[in-house]
Amino acid sequence: MAVIRDVMPAFQLYQPSSVGDAQKLLAQLGPDGWVMAGGMDSFDWLKDRIKKPKALVDLSGIEELRGIRTISDGIEIGAMATLTEVAGHPIVKEKYGLLSEAAGLVASPQIRNQGTLGGNVSQDARCWYYRAGWPCYRAGGNICYADTPVGRNREHAILHAERCVAVNPSDTAPALIALDAKFVVQTPKGEQVIDAENYFVGPDLDITRMNILRPGYLLTAIRVPTTWAGAQFYFEKVRDRNVWDFPLMNVASAMKLSGGTIQDIRIAVNAVAARPLRLPAVENSVRGQQRTASTGEMAGKLAVQGAVPLQFNAYKIPLMRNLVKRAIAGVQEASWAS
Amino acid sequence: MGIIEWATSPLGQRVPIHIAWYLIWVAAIAGMAFLIVHAIYVRYFAKEKRFAPVASTPAAGLLPARVPRHSLAARLFHWVMAAAMFVLLITAFLPKVGVQFNWVTYHWIAGTVLTISILFHIVHATFFMDFWSIWPDRADLEDSRNRLLRFFGKSAPLPRKFAKYPLENKLYHGVVMLTGLAVILTGVFMMSRVRTIFFPRNPYLFSDMTWGLMYVLHGLAGVGFITLVIVHVYFAVRPEKLPITASMFVGSMSREFYLEEHDPQRWVINPVPDARRGMADAD
Repeated sequence: MAVIRDVMPAFQLYQPSSVGDAQKLLAQLGPDGWVMAGGMDSFDWLKDRIKKPKALVDLSGIEELRGIRTISDGIEIGAMATLTEVAGHPIVKEKYGLLSEAAGLVASPQIRNQGTLGGNVSQDARCWYYRAGWPCYRAGGNICYADTPVGRNREHAILHAERCVAVNPSDTAPALIALDAKFVVQTPKGEQVIDAENYFVGPDLDITRMNILRPGYLLTAIRVPTTWAGAQFYFEKVRDRNVWDFPLMNVASAMKLSGGTIQDIRIAVNAVAARPLRLPAVENSVRGQQRTASTGEMAGKLAVQGAVPLQFNAYKIPLMRNLVKRAIAGVQEASWAS
Repeated sequence: MGIIEWATSPLGQRVPIHIAWYLIWVAAIAGMAFLIVHAIYVRYFAKEKRFAPVASTPAAGLLPARVPRHSLAARLFHWVMAAAMFVLLITAFLPKVGVQFNWVTYHWIAGTVLTISILFHIVHATFFMDFWSIWPDRADLEDSRNRLLRFFGKSAPLPRKFAKYPLENKLYHGVVMLTGLAVILTGVFMMSRVRTIFFPRNPYLFSDMTWGLMYVLHGLAGVGFITLVIVHVYFAVRPEKLPITASMFVGSMSREFYLEEHDPQRWVINPVPDARRGMADAD
């Protein structure tokens, strides 16, 4: 029987107008409820009829989840703020250019107009075996089709693979980790404020989820503190098609310099593992060092320690080494090396 | 609500993928229910244990004060296996009930330890121990029949005292052996699906259906062990079984307990020379 595409399965549609109502609905629906932000991830799942939720909770009518506002220590970005808004917001551009740049490189203008920051960091893996509905580990099965001798795994993980080798495809996630952002999550037990790097979950801890959101949980806002406002930023995204694509890899760094010396730094990469990775060993190794090509070189080598390539993604190791090098030394200083 | 989770393979075949995880709770509740029912039965309904007189009992003075029961090697095997089993159960099932941690590596390492310890046990028990002592014999079957008849108030001869192991022990060992073989054989093959130090990954070793059945068997045996371990620990801490439990630590049991529960003709203890009488626990 032919597979019917582009016709979504029937579900109950809920469109709450407040966070409180959304929380009540999600608590009531439990695992049967599907949370939709901009719909850029959701509609793929639904139209491909891979996921068939009984109920869909559309957050687009909740005004309090929108907007970008200043708070006592930085800014708070509503989870439903669009990527276009984030990329173009004057304060974000002025003080947190790293996030502005990352958000501006997500997909295409149309998708950025509809896609949200909360959705971008919470999106599911893009492994095609998983997205095709095959019964892989991430789908609750007992196999990873990508990590096989003939599996198509050019885009997959080189670090922290644990049965599943899918990667996190978010562009804004590493930028938010580098900026030491906090994620505000409403849970049935109350509000939790979580460090950006702890929002994401690898397959070693839970192979069926990419983040800490469980049924009944709702990401409402992302707070970016002033700690790294106006720091020296670097963001680079490598993708197959520069007009519109997920990252093969991206890197984000925020650096404080004193003269030519690196006083402090936060650096994160994504699309190398199932969760965006902060690189504390790299940060510790370059702190107090001169910002030079050789420091970048050393950091790049350190970053890829422990990397295990799959059949078709060995290129990711030199790519990561060079991206980290460029994120520390800058494009002018760093020269490409294999 | 079935006991198996199914999925559709890339070839459109409906295949099993694993057991339904609610069986974890079924197994745990079954184990707890057994111990509650058994404890109530023993406390309020069980009759006093009676045995047929033993044909000839060696003079107590000829027996060591401490009767050797488990060699050091046998005890080490037991505790290594027990530790591996607890690690396997914890790493297998806690993540399924919501306690998240990186379990896979610990699981296959514990599985490897269990496999090696079982291989050692097979060799040790076959060539260095009384191999047949753990298998039910004709006397066990006759006595169990008599015990059953007497339980239902029918006339039957008194059962004999036990050999080295009571029939319940032997049956438990048999069930554990079969369940253990199921988890080990399937587990060894399943290790080819994850990254270990032993062999390169090969998830296509079997068809999706064979793999699915293997995961189901592994899971059923695994949850079976939840019940079996609960029952085992329960009997280990029962007051009347404590001398047997203690022997798994110290290697021996008292002469009095031996004579009270065991038939010296079915479990023969060599008399000790005069000079060493009372010191056999050092053997």
